[in-house]
Amino acid sequence: MTNSIEDLGLADVILVMGSNTTEAHPIIGIEMKKAARRGTRLVVVDPRRIRLVDHAHDWLRIQPGTNVALINAMMRVIIEEGLADEDFIAERTEGFEEMREHVLATDIEWASETTGIPAEEIREVARAYATAERAAIVYCMGVTQHTSGTGQVRAVANLAMLTGQIGRPGTGVNPLRGQNNVQGACDLACLPNCLPGYQSVIDQGTLDRACDYWETDIKLSDTPGLTLVEMMDAACRGELKAMYVMGENPVIADPDQAHVRKALDSLEFLVVQDIFLSETAAYADVVLPAASFLEKEGTFTNTDRRVQRVRKVVDAPGQALSDLEILTRVAEALGQSWDYDGPGDVMTEMGALTPQYGGITFARLENEGSLQWPCPDEDHPGTPILHTDGFTRGKGAFAPIEYVPPTDPTDDALPFVMTTGRNLWNFHTNTMTGRTDGLSDLSPSGYVEVGPEDAERMDIREGDMLEISSRRDTVRAPARISSDIKPGVIFMPFHFADAAANLLTTGEHLDPLSKIPGLKATAVGVKKAR
Amino acid sequence: MPKAPTQVMKLTVDGRELAAQAGKTVLEVCRENGIRIPTLCDDPRLEPYGGCRLCLVQIEGMRGFPTSCTTLAADGMIVTTDSDEIVDLRRSVVELLLSDHELRCLSCDSAGACALQDIAYEFGIEESPYAGERHRVWDGIEDNELIERDYTKCISCGRCVRICHEVQGCDVYGYTDRGFEAIPNTPYASSLFAAGCEFCGQCVSTCPVGALTDMPSRYRGRIWETSVVESTCGYCGVGCTIGYRVKEGRIIGAQAPLERGVNKGNLCAKGRFGWSFTHHPDRLQTPLIRRDGELVPATWDEAVSLVAERLGSIRDEHGSDAIGGLASAKCTNEENYLFQKLLRAAIGTHNIDHCARL
Repeated sequence: MTNSIEDLGLADVILVMGSNTTEAHPIIGIEMKKAARRGTRLVVVDPRRIRLVDHAHDWLRIQPGTNVALINAMMRVIIEEGLADEDFIAERTEGFEEMREHVLATDIEWASETTGIPAEEIREVARAYATAERAAIVYCMGVTQHTSGTGQVRAVANLAMLTGQIGRPGTGVNPLRGQNNVQGACDLACLPNCLPGYQSVIDQGTLDRACDYWETDIKLSDTPGLTLVEMMDAACRGELKAMYVMGENPVIADPDQAHVRKALDSLEFLVVQDIFLSETAAYADVVLPAASFLEKEGTFTNTDRRVQRVRKVVDAPGQALSDLEILTRVAEALGQSWDYDGPGDVMTEMGALTPQYGGITFARLENEGSLQWPCPDEDHPGTPILHTDGFTRGKGAFAPIEYVPPTDPTDDALPFVMTTGRNLWNFHTNTMTGRTDGLSDLSPSGYVEVGPEDAERMDIREGDMLEISSRRDTVRAPARISSDIKPGVIFMPFHFADAAANLLTTGEHLDPLSKIPGLKATAVGVKKAR
Repeated sequence: MPKAPTQVMKLTVDGRELAAQAGKTVLEVCRENGIRIPTLCDDPRLEPYGGCRLCLVQIEGMRGFPTSCTTLAADGMIVTTDSDEIVDLRRSVVELLLSDHELRCLSCDSAGACALQDIAYEFGIEESPYAGERHRVWDGIEDNELIERDYTKCISCGRCVRICHEVQGCDVYGYTDRGFEAIPNTPYASSLFAAGCEFCGQCVSTCPVGALTDMPSRYRGRIWETSVVESTCGYCGVGCTIGYRVKEGRIIGAQAPLERGVNKGNLCAKGRFGWSFTHHPDRLQTPLIRRDGELVPATWDEAVSLVAERLGSIRDEHGSDAIGGLASAKCTNEENYLFQKLLRAAIGTHNIDHCARL
């Protein structure tokens, strides 16, 4: 997030795109609902009538995967009606003219037809966002998990820069991170294209500095490595021979389950380090028992870039060890001499290599509770709002973004668009929530949500077993007709191994830059199971 | 955005001159200055309510006994918080509440953390002088294993109704019946699940007595037997601060401190109730090595040596890029840093990713 969670309370307009906030980030959902009660105009852009819609001023019931058409249309309205922030554009940005021309070519009626949102609603929301003194955009995987995900994020940034709704309290471009420490895992370079602090591997100086610091003789390549989905492809081709999987369950979480299973089967050697024998661990040659987040010391970085302490609450069971201890043992067996005096010591080394974390230490966290990066040195108080005076690259770059339809197209045999997501009582691949007393009873198994119009047309009743087929596979799941989805769209949670939505999704088409698969728009056919 | 200068006022409380910021209530100013005023219906997460009548004070120039939680502090105010009259009134309120409160403190999970018990103790009340008919009955049946309701202990402070409305925006509770029989209840006394409850347990967290309790904690440990370890939640990216209650090496409950963290006392169902997996019998407790197609227990030395040997030989035979690693958004910063260091500095590959894209 460019801004802080508490900032949302200051916004006059909150535009929520592709985020089922009350279920996936419930405490941020509380802040939105409270703001709406105080008079903030809450605008929800979602194909489903998610719970947040009950508190919203506007609900734009969008066709999955068409956010760019909506945003470009909004920007055309803003420019044509003279609502753009000319001063901000002149002082803080570049590339406006090219984007302006591109956006002005967007036909509002076409956008309305593509998104399924009435043209007047598009205009109305564009005006509200642009004229608000403070307006924040909050988005989640409904914007990113598309084969055009990078473009969609850039379109969101265009909108914020066009109206100057960034760099001040109550504004900003605010992606919500799905997992407790997905922000930290990215910051600390568990990514194929950068070293800690998003320093590109293409830069030889950065590589040399890291290798020197790590005292390794290895010559690291200046070409990025493989992303997760690419690793699975490489394994199927026999090029990737071994994988080390720490605390992930790709069999359930990743697109095209059959492909992932084939990839894991093809490996010569698989190490899985986890707290349970997950669906992925079942393929392992070696399984290493790890401590849960309740059994170790360290830090997590949350969605508003806040580094906070994790403390050991109880001992790990049996011989299970923290991932830190396990990794140290493996490194030593591989001939490294890692001599860390606990996680605080690791953080000191991290800080030396990661500019954003340079001033963060365990001692400061103990005294100050939390610190938001960038926090470059010991005297720096942390940064609650990014881009207040300038952008990281200097001027903010506008980019003309073309609308690209989802790459798994519907046809006569597969006329529905399936979108996936989470629900309130389950988390990710359900390894933890599925083994938690009370929670597991509330939502024990998979289901598919069908809109009332489609249900009536196809004579589907609550609880009827349905067969959902995509170009990959077929899955059976009971129907739920409770939520108000657009006709032609169905929803499946991806938590459940018994009705695995990711048997249906595809990793074949990826966003060219981020390599994200289009999980939010899969063409499927729906019929009643016999 | 220029901030309006904060106006500072002066008021006198129990003979002490206090400075206060405009917009604070008398109760807040007293608390900031260490002056204790008992309350039952107050929670900093909620709007002031003035329901329990325990926080009443005397203010010169104002009639009667205003409730300090709903009265804004004003310049020149002269406040008394502790006169014989006030103590008598407060005592009567507590005695009346106790007259309709099931005194099953022996087995109540809230004993030791019960505001009513604490106030009765403070006033030295052994039993209510108003013995008579009991109006609070509860024979509701729940269909969940998380939140237990027992309205025989309810004091009608309305905190559950208000937190569900004001903070959670769910409106699961409202008052049913009137007069003595009025209790905060679900529509038609239905189960919580049927009433659309999200099972965040916010109502439990604000209940000052034992009317709403955490079922997973029930009979697992008295408050004074447990210690609290404060950490950061391991589910979504919000990063809530949670205090886990521990007894004899096992977690028995979770709560959030009101004054700290991004969540300021609020939690969702996963944060509040999602901890028992850590003690689940399915947890991996020993390294496993595949032998003849089966995963069988092994020692750490065997497992680690095998990992190093196989990764080393695959690297030597096929090159560093024949190896890839998936890190975890569930692990700590330090662990993720070390994971990529292992892959880069020891194996020599950039084939590192995690589920940020999924």
